[in-house]
Amino acid sequence: MSILHTVNKSPFERNSLESCLKFATPGASVLLFEDGIYAALSGTRIEPQVAAALDQITIHVLGPDLRARGFSPERLIAGISVVDYAGFVDLAAEHDVVQAWL
Amino acid sequence: MSEVVKKFMYLNRKAPYGTIYAWESLEVVLVGAAFDQDVSVMFVDDGVYQLTKAQDTKEIGMKNFSPTYRTLGDYEIKKVYVDRDSLAARGLTQDDLVAIAWEDMETEEEVDNIVEVIDSARVSALMNESAAIFSF
Repeated sequence: MSILHTVNKSPFERNSLESCLKFATPGASVLLFEDGIYAALSGTRIEPQVAAALDQITIHVLGPDLRARGFSPERLIAGISVVDYAGFVDLAAEHDVVQAWL
Repeated sequence: MSEVVKKFMYLNRKAPYGTIYAWESLEVVLVGAAFDQDVSVMFVDDGVYQLTKAQDTKEIGMKNFSPTYRTLGDYEIKKVYVDRDSLAARGLTQDDLVAIAWEDMETEEEVDNIVEVIDSARVSALMNESAAIFSF
């Protein structure tokens, strides 16, 4: 079973991302959206954990939420891709299960 | 109305848009500005994200309230502080934040940017000086 993990909380305020990365297995996908997008930015305190996870899992970030918060794709950790709303739907359709880390 | 001026601090710790806290705080700050108190607006933790430049919300269907921060000076608010450690933990610098100009209409004294990045000890000291802290 392939799982799409979604995280919509700031990694600095909740442990949603931490738990997501703990339980996601190789080959899984993670989509960061809403306040979850802050985890995708380079230069943060949690960048090392996110960068390490990229060896095993793919990480996407929702472009509209990134732009709403004032950030452009150049600020992302290398290896994280930007998707739009249609891309979010595609990801959900491509995976067997969607697990939302609220 | 009382002639006594008190020090009020608005303490902001939440990112914008994901929750309603940032917007609610800004509304209360603007309403409170009418009462001629000694107001400071403090941004710590994820609250520093409220001040990022270039916010563009048209794709998320929410009002972009970030331009309103730049008007705080027009409401005679002159004290806006950002916690340095909170910025650093998020890979941000003052260059990533909006500038808020201030001008005294009577004396024509001008300040280009009242946003001040301060260390944690100063944040603590300012909290200790406050008669009331409104937390968002």
